[in-house]
Amino acid sequence: MGSDLVVRFAGEGGQGQVTAAEGLAQAAAQVGYHVQTFATYPSQIEGGPTWAQTRVSTNTILTQGDQLDVLVALNRSAYETHIGELREGGVLIYNSKDFDEQLGGLSIGLDVDSLARATGNPRAANIIMIGAVAQLASMPADYFRQFIEARFRRGRANDDEIINGNIKALDVGFDAAAASGYRVNPLDPPPAIDRQRVLVKGNDFLSLGAIAAGLDIFIGYPISPATTILTFMEGNLNGEGKFVGQATSEIESIGAIVGAGYSGRKAMTSTAGPGLSLMGEGLGLAWMAEIPLVVCDVQRGGPATGLPTKTEQSDLLTALNPGHGDMRIPVIAPGSVEECWQAGIDAINWAERYQGPVILLTEMGVAERNEDVPRPDPSLVVAETRVVSDGSMGNKRYSGNGLAPFPVPGGPGAYVANASEHDEEGDTTHLPQVHVTQTERRFAKLKLLENGSYEAEHTESPIAIMPWGGSKGAARAAYQILRATGTELGWLYTMYLNPLPAALLEELRRKELVIVPELNYLGQFSGVLRGLGVNAHSITQYTGLPFKEQFLVERVREEIAARSGRLARV
Amino acid sequence: MSKRNPEYDFKWCPGCGDFGVVRAVEMAIGRRAAERGESIEKTVIVAGIGCSGNLVHLQEGPQPFGIHGIHGRTLPIAYGIKAGRPDLNVLIAAGDGDFLSIGMEHIGPQAKRNLDVTAVVMDNGIYGLTKGQASPTTMLGVVTPTTPYGKLEDAINPLELYLTLGVSFVASGISTKPRELAGLIQQGMDHPGFAIVHVQSPCTTYNDTYEALKGNPEKGIEPGAFDIPADHDPADRSAAIALAGNKAIPIGLLYQRADSTPMQQRLTEARARTKVRTRSVDDLLTGLHI
Ligand SMILES: Cc1ncc(C[n+]2csc(CCOP(=O)(O)OP(=O)(O)O)c2C)c(N)n1
Ligand code: SF4
Ligand SMILES: [Mg+2]
Repeated sequence: MGSDLVVRFAGEGGQGQVTAAEGLAQAAAQVGYHVQTFATYPSQIEGGPTWAQTRVSTNTILTQGDQLDVLVALNRSAYETHIGELREGGVLIYNSKDFDEQLGGLSIGLDVDSLARATGNPRAANIIMIGAVAQLASMPADYFRQFIEARFRRGRANDDEIINGNIKALDVGFDAAAASGYRVNPLDPPPAIDRQRVLVKGNDFLSLGAIAAGLDIFIGYPISPATTILTFMEGNLNGEGKFVGQATSEIESIGAIVGAGYSGRKAMTSTAGPGLSLMGEGLGLAWMAEIPLVVCDVQRGGPATGLPTKTEQSDLLTALNPGHGDMRIPVIAPGSVEECWQAGIDAINWAERYQGPVILLTEMGVAERNEDVPRPDPSLVVAETRVVSDGSMGNKRYSGNGLAPFPVPGGPGAYVANASEHDEEGDTTHLPQVHVTQTERRFAKLKLLENGSYEAEHTESPIAIMPWGGSKGAARAAYQILRATGTELGWLYTMYLNPLPAALLEELRRKELVIVPELNYLGQFSGVLRGLGVNAHSITQYTGLPFKEQFLVERVREEIAARSGRLARV
Repeated sequence: MSKRNPEYDFKWCPGCGDFGVVRAVEMAIGRRAAERGESIEKTVIVAGIGCSGNLVHLQEGPQPFGIHGIHGRTLPIAYGIKAGRPDLNVLIAAGDGDFLSIGMEHIGPQAKRNLDVTAVVMDNGIYGLTKGQASPTTMLGVVTPTTPYGKLEDAINPLELYLTLGVSFVASGISTKPRELAGLIQQGMDHPGFAIVHVQSPCTTYNDTYEALKGNPEKGIEPGAFDIPADHDPADRSAAIALAGNKAIPIGLLYQRADSTPMQQRLTEARARTKVRTRSVDDLLTGLHI
């Protein structure tokens, strides 16, 4: 067992919680700890209940942590909302300005704002909080001095002044916590750093993956929690032949990337549920006309405007069938920040390989959290490019039983990319036999994507847990606890949701029961699996927040017990 | 390609104005390619959904590329094609319903980007393909299957609309004069920026306006269209707006902005001005090192 620290900073938006959580993570990562952050806030610019959490560990981190070692409550309502999640022996730091009375128990009252002003830097409240937390977890002050150096040394004339002010603030926090005499479980020293690591958010990492796979064109419309992909691209996708644009709606975005994909380039857009709904018809066009492109949908709570800044996994069915008619769009759903890199690469590669639209399905909980992950090596990326027509096929873009070479405008093989049912050259036709042939061709191409990788453990067990997307971490933690406590359970996982890796699907069909934890009401993925002949059953949650591992442990036990009960009756 | 293709099962009605438009388009793109020594495959026709959009399948002779997408979205598709391949000659073919009703929201943004494409809008004042319902250019009071008491909405004036939205090249043509129309389309393609050639293309089946456009002195019908006088200065936007406001439809080149900078050029210039540094993925990852 390694050692572990979970801290939550809670209060009103704008009180520095997110900065404090990310600062703590950055400082801990710098000395070699594994870190993960999580933040949740309402959809408004200022204020509203906001909290951010940091987990620091000597082990690889799967979730943001169920129970808090330290709660920093910046106002009374934050205290009341979150105190129940402070574990026994955990310490509360509260903003004494917001309380008339002294709180009892293991608690430290700090007037962080006044203390910050006293250091000469009113914006240092978050550094004071970090100092106090560090002291409680017995982390050496040195770690944080390094961090402040790295963060504020920018070659300005007054760098020293700023750095000293922040170090003073750090000491204020340290001293206040030391004076209390309280401690939480001390963190063991960080593990030796084995290889270069990066601290990155899911949205940035998948954007980098897509760029590494050769993305040329990105056109998108702002929407939480996908906007940071658009801004990342605006900042970083440039140079010869590259184009990034802000569209005027998601209807325009999808049309534009259809055009860009058709023109021979690798094209992508990003959106969230409301935008995905608007893209339905355009995605059908891409499926029908066989245009490579990637739509990244960062799920939030739905339907309609729903919960713009919360996390949910309720767009799966829409991603698979975003529009009317017979289609099934390939879907890749990364389960962690680390997987976002490969998911970005594979989404572009899949679109090129099968010549059609791909949905990169992620979620707020993965998109906006920071994780330390091994630095990937871009020189190892295999970037696939569509098979291009050399003209020897004439105009027959849509011929054969599957993939046909792609004619690039300006080159040979002029055809009409057609969203109406069409013959081999792309001309509209309603002949029944052509509709049969072309429909089957479009579906047959999905076979090219069935070789995705997957994880499988304890396949001898008749019952397996199979999470998808961002529920992977909590499910993995629960699986480990369940196995360690004697529960017979297998593990199956893939980020390739459609088409599923063929070998995985066989594995799934052999199971007596597949338990699918997912953040939606309907149990969307288990429904899909049942349609594929798998006896799948969901554990659902729809609070706008991620799963907790202990919740899953209990629910899986219940599922297994219910299952044995049913078997006993037979 | 489709003429040779027995499976292609779309046909325009006899006398449909779109026959004249397809000939004009063929002439314009053929001539442009010949003049520039460029292959016809460098042209892409982006077609809307309607009788009109079928023009993309009815090209005779050497074939350009085509994309026949979904109703109302020719402009977004064209935007993406130009983003990807600024070197291509992009021509849009869409009906009045496609371009001005469901697709109306896309005109303004392309005008503001000054997207370097040419839109040929085939206006028959009706939804042809769906069998004769009212379109944005159907006149107030006209009875159609969806306006049994006469149309309640005023007709829009497309030329005025384009000019107000800032489209940098606005021309008006008529399908009965394919040669002149071809000239306007070619001028539009040569224009560096967003060009619209709005064409009167009557629907013989649901809204036969041939006589109304031409006029008939015997029946006392004034011509509904007139040639733009030779002394009109296309650089003069106010004069163009005045022409567009006429009760009859002006035919010819209304407006062409002299200093027209298209989208791609703006991007190139902005990148040069702000000295954008292109960083490799490797470099970007290094920036994230802990
Ligand atoms: C999203 C959508 N809504 C409605 C339709 C049905 N529809 C097809 S063509 C058309 C109108 C065509 O009118 P216009 O663009 O003027 O073309 P025309 O047939 O007159 O040339 C409509 C409403 C459709 N195909 N897609
Ligand atoms: S319905 Fe009208 S627009 Fe359509 S093909 Fe016939 S004449 Fe032409
Ligand atoms: Mg029409």
